[in-house]
Amino acid sequence: MPELEQVVAILVSTVRAGTPLVFAALGELITEKSGVLNLGIEGMMLVGAVTGFIAMVLTGSPILAIAAAMAAGMLMALIFGVLTLTLFTNQVATGLALTIFGIGLSAFVGLAYVGTPIKGLQPVDIPALSELPIVGPLLFGYDPMIYGSLVMFGLVAWFLYRSHAGLILRAVGESHDAAHAIGYSVVKIRYLAVLFGGAMSGLAGAYLSLVYTPQWAENMTAGRGWIALALVVFATWRPARVLAGAYLFGGITILGLDLQARGIGFSSHLLATLPYLATVLVLVLMSRDAAKIRLNAPASLGRPFDPYR
Amino acid sequence: MRQIKSWLGLALAAGLVAAGLAPGGAVAADPLKIGFVYVSPVGDAGWTYQHDQGRLEMERALGAKVETSYVESVPEGADAERVIRKFASDGYQLIFTTSFGYMNPTVKVARQFPSVHFEHATGYKRAKNVSTYLARFYEGRYLTGIVAGKMTKSNKIGYVAAFPIPEVVRGINAFTRGLRSVNRKAEVRVVWTSSWYDPGKEREAAETLISQGADVITLHTDSTAPVQAAEDKGVWAIGYHSDMSKYGKRAHLTAATHHWGGYYTKVAEDAVAGKWASNNTWGGIKDGFVKLAPFGDAVPADVRQLVKAREAEIAAGALHPFAGPVRDQAGRIVVAEGQAMSDKDMLGMKFYVEGVVGKLPK
Repeated sequence: MPELEQVVAILVSTVRAGTPLVFAALGELITEKSGVLNLGIEGMMLVGAVTGFIAMVLTGSPILAIAAAMAAGMLMALIFGVLTLTLFTNQVATGLALTIFGIGLSAFVGLAYVGTPIKGLQPVDIPALSELPIVGPLLFGYDPMIYGSLVMFGLVAWFLYRSHAGLILRAVGESHDAAHAIGYSVVKIRYLAVLFGGAMSGLAGAYLSLVYTPQWAENMTAGRGWIALALVVFATWRPARVLAGAYLFGGITILGLDLQARGIGFSSHLLATLPYLATVLVLVLMSRDAAKIRLNAPASLGRPFDPYR
Repeated sequence: MRQIKSWLGLALAAGLVAAGLAPGGAVAADPLKIGFVYVSPVGDAGWTYQHDQGRLEMERALGAKVETSYVESVPEGADAERVIRKFASDGYQLIFTTSFGYMNPTVKVARQFPSVHFEHATGYKRAKNVSTYLARFYEGRYLTGIVAGKMTKSNKIGYVAAFPIPEVVRGINAFTRGLRSVNRKAEVRVVWTSSWYDPGKEREAAETLISQGADVITLHTDSTAPVQAAEDKGVWAIGYHSDMSKYGKRAHLTAATHHWGGYYTKVAEDAVAGKWASNNTWGGIKDGFVKLAPFGDAVPADVRQLVKAREAEIAAGALHPFAGPVRDQAGRIVVAEGQAMSDKDMLGMKFYVEGVVGKLPK
């Protein structure tokens, strides 16, 4: 069944292409749900990617590499947090600055590591299961980070809608004045949310430099941070839709490449825009109820909060 | 307190921006000052890397007679004009601008600095103080096509390419002509990534081609990800711009590589001697602009000999990659037997030759 194998190959590639977006978008989702808009995802991803790569070269341990990438992303997020939450700079401008800073910093730090070969993270190999036809590659043939991204999805969805802490986080994002009045530390909660976003962006970067294309190259994220940001908005801040949007985007990209390789005479320019068009269209159709969007959008998004005012 | 805090914040934010935008250094001294404007980071392989290798080769050859500096990652357009003007007004007498999109800024600045010499790569606008230069990369492509034709078992070759512009199409066609000159059954499949640089997407494109049966992968994009994909998936790879064997120790067969050092040295010598003149240079294998990277271990001796022989024929002018009969995909004869395609037709190439699968996007 060569056709079926082709379909499986496309689906497997889809999951791989969507995973960096899943990590980064879930992180930004939590950040935005707390009422903070961080446009620095691309910068945090790049710093995470280069740090993870360097850690991998130096230690040879994937676990340390991933931890280092998360720590680097959190450090970048901490800079953003100090600027916007403690010093009250404009969140949009600071986020943009963080991205520009991250691009420059990662290029500078990674200069000596461009072209260093590493062995990327290998797929987990569960002897009997991964050899099953179709189901094997589709469910059991991925690297550990992909399973990690799915676990993170479950945790984020559970945290936001089923846990007490998630309720508080959402309250802070809806109305920081009300949350403050009943005694929650708005600034502390937002710091935690921003740090979580940084760690997830670091993971997204590590996925690129350790698994997807196991090398370090300047600016290797190629705009994925911005796509993750857009996904959160178009998914109307719902975790399941973020996940669906990320895979949809990845899937249509892969499908476009596949059609071209078969020599089907589509315009390559059109195929290149299709993932963006289709993802926006589907997510907008899924959430065309304006009232529900207002319900999901954090009302305090992007507004600064000063407890001592 | 509030105000101090926000000023401090603003200063920190400004510091972030400044740190992110700081350009590569420039230096000043007595000898002939030569500036280079690069479109991407110098990196470790690719278009800009090869230009920078050329710059270094020129420095080594001319020693104290020249003093060079460069600015990397300069976006095409207004930024480029600013950088070029800065070089010119800082006393640089010879300025190389190495991307097509620098054409108009170069010509504009050249008009304002008539005593400064400008060298623009890949463009077509010249002036009394503006030369243009380009390399016949297609000659190298033809030779790598021969290697692919000899090495493929599945007769399917995967080609990861950025944009369907004549420069890229010419490379695909020359590669296919070389391929079919030794293997009539082999075909080329092209995937366009619509981006010069996206390692993730380039890797996916290569893996897609491999999953559809391609057993040789080549590329016309700026990252090395397709070579790495070939290495990981156990098929062959042919590099471009630079020797990419580091990314595919087993897979890398050879690469069509760019060499600007000889030209840069000659132009700088002329400028030092006061003999610089506006020219249009399109150099190939004969002139040392294009070379093949060392063969990988897997390439057998007879294939190496064949490629070397063809290389010598091209250098001697006895073999032209687009010598007639050249047929397009429909089998129509585009160049008649006994003729070779003119430079003008090659520069505007907008069709696939026979042997490429699929339609050329318009």
